[in-house]
Amino acid sequence: MKAWFQRLRRMYADTPLTAWMLGALVAVGVEWFFGADLAAILGLGTPPSFFGLSILLDKTRFMLIPGVLLYVILVYLLPTFLVAKVVTPWARMLEDRLPPRVYVIFSLAFLYLIMHLWSLGSDYRLLVLRLLGINIILTLSLNLVNGWMGEFSVAVAGFMAVGAYVASILMVWGFVNDDVFGPAVFPESWAPFAFPVVLIIAGAVTAVTALLVAIPSFRTRGDYLAIITLAYLFIVKSTFENLDFIGGPRGFMNQPKVAEQLWVVFIWVVLAIWTIRNYVTSTYGKATSAVRDNELAAEMMTVDTRKVKTIAFLTHAFWSGVAGGLYAHVLGYINPSSFGLVKSAEILGMLYLGGLNSVTGSVLGAVLFTLLSEILRPLRRAKWIVIPIILIVVMIKRPRGLLGFQELQIPFFRRRQARERAQGPSSGPGRGQEAQA
Amino acid sequence: MSTSQILQQVFNALQLGSFYALIALGYSMVYSILMLFNFAHGDVFMVATYIGYGIATLLLSLAASMAFNLPGWVTFTLTLLLTMFVASFVGVLVELVAYRPLRDAPRASAAITGLMVGIFLETAVLTLVGASNLNFPELIKPTTYRIGSVYITNIKVLTLILSFGLMILLHLFIQKTKIGMAMRAMSYDYAVIPLMGVPLNTIISFTFALGSALAGAAGVLYGMAYPVLNPYMGVLVGWKAFVAAILGGRGSILGAVLGGFLLGAIEILVAAVFTSTLRDLIAYSIVLLILTFRPYGLFGEEHSARLRL
Repeated sequence: MKAWFQRLRRMYADTPLTAWMLGALVAVGVEWFFGADLAAILGLGTPPSFFGLSILLDKTRFMLIPGVLLYVILVYLLPTFLVAKVVTPWARMLEDRLPPRVYVIFSLAFLYLIMHLWSLGSDYRLLVLRLLGINIILTLSLNLVNGWMGEFSVAVAGFMAVGAYVASILMVWGFVNDDVFGPAVFPESWAPFAFPVVLIIAGAVTAVTALLVAIPSFRTRGDYLAIITLAYLFIVKSTFENLDFIGGPRGFMNQPKVAEQLWVVFIWVVLAIWTIRNYVTSTYGKATSAVRDNELAAEMMTVDTRKVKTIAFLTHAFWSGVAGGLYAHVLGYINPSSFGLVKSAEILGMLYLGGLNSVTGSVLGAVLFTLLSEILRPLRRAKWIVIPIILIVVMIKRPRGLLGFQELQIPFFRRRQARERAQGPSSGPGRGQEAQA
Repeated sequence: MSTSQILQQVFNALQLGSFYALIALGYSMVYSILMLFNFAHGDVFMVATYIGYGIATLLLSLAASMAFNLPGWVTFTLTLLLTMFVASFVGVLVELVAYRPLRDAPRASAAITGLMVGIFLETAVLTLVGASNLNFPELIKPTTYRIGSVYITNIKVLTLILSFGLMILLHLFIQKTKIGMAMRAMSYDYAVIPLMGVPLNTIISFTFALGSALAGAAGVLYGMAYPVLNPYMGVLVGWKAFVAAILGGRGSILGAVLGGFLLGAIEILVAAVFTSTLRDLIAYSIVLLILTFRPYGLFGEEHSARLRL
C-alpha cells in the first residue's frame, strides 16, 4: 500500500498546477453531466454536496459510505488524476511560455471557473465556499500579528464584529428601507457598486478602533497584547449588546443581498492574499520579522519598532474588519454572540493548524479546518470535543503547525527558479553584481 | 446611596473579589514559573465546581441513606477538602496533556493547546450533564445577620474568612517550605535551578496542583453563593480572574489578590450605579485604562515575573 502511494507520488511529483486544474474542470464537468444519474445508480438520491464528508460520522446514514466513496472516486478523483497525467506535457509547454503575471491571472481565473461551476451544484456548496474565503482572510490577517510579529492576538472576533456592524449599518442606511434607519438614501441598484467602498470604510473604522489597543500594548513586550486584545474583544461584544438601535443581543438583519455571488468573496480573498503576501515580503515585513526575533537588535538596526508593530497590527485589524463585513452580508444576519471567544479560538485553530509565518499555510489551515468541521458536522455540539483533541495532537506532533515558517512551492515558480539558476548569474543586473562581489 | 447600602455593596464586592482572587492566584503562580498563561485554568475552576457538586451530593445522599445526620459544617469541610484534592489532580492532568509535551515548543503553541483543553472541558461537561442547569446543594443553612442596617449572610462571611485564610496559607507555604522555596527559585531562573538538583517536573506539577486546589476551593464557595451551575461559568469567571492576575502584576501573590478584589469592586460598582448589562463594557475599559498607564500591572516588574508576595 505504502509503496503504491509512493509510486503514485513520484508519478505526479512535477505535475503543473494547470494540469491539475484542467483535471478538476473535467471532474466538475463529469459531475455536471453524469452526477445525478450516477448518484441515482449508487442509491444516493442526490449527488453528495460536499464530497459526502458529512455522512462519515452520521449514525443514520453511514451505510451510504461505500456509495459515496465510489462516487467521489468515479466523479472527482479518477477524471482529475487521468486528465492531469494526460495533459501534463501540454500544460508544461503552456506554463513555460507564460510570463509570471499572466500565469497568476490565468490560474486565478481558471480556479474561479472551477469553483464557480462546482458551486452551481448546490446552495450549500456556495455558502461553504464563501465562508471558507472569509476564514482564509481572517487566518491570514491573524498570521500577520501572531506569526510575523510574534505576539498573541485574540481580538479577531472583535475586529470582525466591528467590521460586520459598520458595514451592515452603512449598507442598511444607504440601500434598505428600514424601520430604524429610515428609507433608503440611494437607489438600490447602486448597492453592489457601493459594497466595496463600504467594506473598505468598515476595515478602516476597525483599524481606527484597533489603535485603542495598539497604543497601550506596544509600549510593552510579551504577553500583554493577549490581555489587551481580550479586553478589546469583551468591550466590543458588550458594546454591541448594549446598543439597542442595532438590535442589541437580538442581532441585526436586513442586510442587502450584495454578497450572494461567489466572485464577490473570491475577489476579496485574492486581494487579501496579494496584499498580505506583498506586505510580508516587503521591507516592512522583514522589519516585522526582525522585531519578532529580537526587538532590541531590530531597534539598533534602525527599525522603528513601534511604527512597524502598529502598521502590522492595523493591517490585521483592517482585513479582519473587511472579512467581518463580508461575513455579515454572506449570512444576512449577525448578532453579538457569534463574535465571541469561540470564534477567535476557531481562527486561532486554523492559524496554528496551518502554521505560522506562511501564506500558503494559512490558506491550507483554513481549508483543512473547514473540511474537518464538515466531517464533524453530524456530531453537532460534540464537534468541539473532537476539534480540540485533533489540534492538541497536531500541536504536540508538529508544534509549528503543518507549514510553519515555510511556503508550499507552486511548480510553475519552482521550474522558473530552476531555469534561472541554470542560466547562470547573468540573468539580471542585481544578481550579476552579487556574483561579482 | 446611603451608607448602609454602600457597606452592603462593599461586602458584595469582597465576596465576588475573593472568587476572582483565588482563581487569579493559579494564573499568576503558573505564569511566574513557566512564563505561560494557563488558559485552561478558568475551565479547571468550572470542572472543580462540578466536582464539588458531585462530592456534596454524594456525601448528602450517603448520610441520608445511612440515616446519619451530619452537621452542616462537617459536610461542608469534607466537600471543600475533597474538592480541593480532586481538583488538584485535574490541574496536574491538564499540565501533563497540554503543556508538558510542549515544554520546548514555541510558547504560542502551548497557549493554543491550553485554549483547546479549555474548550474541550467545557464541551465535555456540557455533553455529560446536558444543557440543564444543576443546583448546588445547600450545605450550610443560610442565615442572615443584621448589623445596623447592613445584612450579611453567613455564606458571605465564610467565603471571606476562608479565602483570606487560604491566601495567607499559600503565602506561608511559598515562603516557609522547601517546595515553596523551589518554586520561588524556579520563577527566578527556570534554566539554571533544575541543574541544582531541583526536580523540574515535580515542582511544575505541584504548582499546577496548588493553583487548581485554590480554584477548587473557589468553586465550592462559588457554588454555595451562586447555586446554579453552568458549563460556561469557567469562561465568565475564569477570564475575569485572568485579567485580575494581569492587573495585579505577573507573579505577585498580593497583586493577584488585590487585582481580584479591585475587579470585583469595579463590577459591583458598575452594576449598582449603572445597569448590570454595562458591567463587562466598563470593567474591561477600566482594565484597559489601568494597563495603559501601568503596563506591567499594579505590582508587576518589567523584566521578571518572580514569585513573590
